[in-house]
Amino acid sequence: MNLVTETFKNTNPTLPGEENYSTLNLGPTHPATHGIFQNVMTMDGERIVRSEPTIGYIHRAFEKIAERRPYYQITPLTDRLNYCSAPINNIGWHMTVEKLIQADIPKRIQYLRVILMELARVTDHLICNSVLAVDTGALTGFIYLFEYRELAYEIYEEVCGARLTTNMGRIGGFERDFTPAAWSKLEKFLKGFPIALKEFEKLIMRNRIFMDRTIGVGEITAKDALNYSFSGPNLRATGVDYDVRVMNPYSSYQDFDFKIPVGENGDTYDRFMVRQREMWESLSIIRQAIDKLPEGPFHATIPKHYLPPKEEVYNNMEALIYHFKIVMGESDVPKGEVYHCVEGANGELGFYLISDGGRTPYRLQFRRPCFIYYQAYPEMIKGSTISDAILTMSSMNVIAGELDA
Amino acid sequence: MTDLATDRTVSFLNEKFGDAILGQETQYDFHVVTVMPSHLIDILKELYSNPEFSYQYLTTLAGIHYPLDQKMAVMYQLHSLTSNQRLRIKIYISDDQPTAPSITSIFKAANWLERETYDFYGIVFEGHPDLRRILNVDDMIFFPMRKEFPLEDQTREDKEDEMFGR
Repeated sequence: MNLVTETFKNTNPTLPGEENYSTLNLGPTHPATHGIFQNVMTMDGERIVRSEPTIGYIHRAFEKIAERRPYYQITPLTDRLNYCSAPINNIGWHMTVEKLIQADIPKRIQYLRVILMELARVTDHLICNSVLAVDTGALTGFIYLFEYRELAYEIYEEVCGARLTTNMGRIGGFERDFTPAAWSKLEKFLKGFPIALKEFEKLIMRNRIFMDRTIGVGEITAKDALNYSFSGPNLRATGVDYDVRVMNPYSSYQDFDFKIPVGENGDTYDRFMVRQREMWESLSIIRQAIDKLPEGPFHATIPKHYLPPKEEVYNNMEALIYHFKIVMGESDVPKGEVYHCVEGANGELGFYLISDGGRTPYRLQFRRPCFIYYQAYPEMIKGSTISDAILTMSSMNVIAGELDA
Repeated sequence: MTDLATDRTVSFLNEKFGDAILGQETQYDFHVVTVMPSHLIDILKELYSNPEFSYQYLTTLAGIHYPLDQKMAVMYQLHSLTSNQRLRIKIYISDDQPTAPSITSIFKAANWLERETYDFYGIVFEGHPDLRRILNVDDMIFFPMRKEFPLEDQTREDKEDEMFGR
């Protein structure tokens, strides 16, 4: 095989007056980028003439690693995509495998998953919005909300034992039912968080300085956003009401009553407002899921893929066989290609999986919303100032882990 | 997802492009259509602009390597937000000096996705405005997602890798 690569040169044309412009490196490790990625900006005084994003600083080859991991060992890889809302990634992956093996998932698990995914969405949005406020100079609101991120992480801890990179649940359900402590912590969160969120909104939402800094900054039209395959809050801020939870309901989202907030102008303020309203909708979904939660088991009946209880393994031969086969990654899966998408905190998070019937995926591609919409960033900040470019990046919620995979 | 029974897209493609359609199958909730690489742009343009379908949203794009058939595939996944239909289109190309037409003229989103596919599979997208590596370092001389690069250290002699190897 011929492996010689051609070298492709940067084809950006030289601009008239180029010799008067200065070059500015934003990143790779700049505190305002909230992650490891670089922008080489060509500046005409205060204005950005051109920007060239360089990414890949924390590329960890997850798609390649996944080609050697049994299905249950891929969950920890998904944690590290969008690490601000890891449960959505974990559960999205579990649902992809469940679709492949056509497992039937009881209602109770679907509702529990909805609770966790919406909780993850709240934590992700609250980080994005409060950090956006910090970038405009308002540090107080950030401290108010971060207390509740901590409480949400304590709920994760009760459910799965981990906080940030959660590795939550199993293929087919959860490893254990929610403990009473998890329920009481959830109640505590649901009681306290709306008060803090209200206070945050009072501080920021109609704040003159914040509005002046964000309205009309980093605009993108709905047409461009669709052509760039934007998804999630960034697309909805332009006025397009595309939400995977409604268009292709998964995990029983059709049972809940919620609105899709949309913006109008697609600017930084609209993105902020869409996220803000989505947090309220998420809280309402969590409440509905708790109220309607059916009785039932906490895992599906798929002995080939779900580990039996330890007691059984020691005393029952079939359980021992299944245990061994699952741990060694020798459970049979059908051949086929499956695509499953969930509404991640940043947009459509998709898993494209090709199985050849072997123990590992033949090919697994993550559709990372960040990676796809970040390419519009140079166009969005063209002609703006550095300080506005920072806010645009912050409001797009670019997460380095998801960007680089 | 797509209501496969009522979806007219595949029959429309067969009527309109006849010979350029090499195969079709159904994978879970998707119609998968294999087309000739030379007709890819025409087909995507038609699906984009035809008001009955308006597949105007590129969900994702991915390369796949089949070393046993000495082939590579590029998968394009389209979504029509007006009718909420999804469609997967595939092209197969040789894995020796693979080239494929670039669809950046239709979807701007394909820009980085094609760069990523080039970066990992070495598929050269003809007509791409700025085809460079994106996630790996620029002076890398191989394409790491190809199947001839196994993850395990091949110099190891202490164990037979049949159980764990692919």
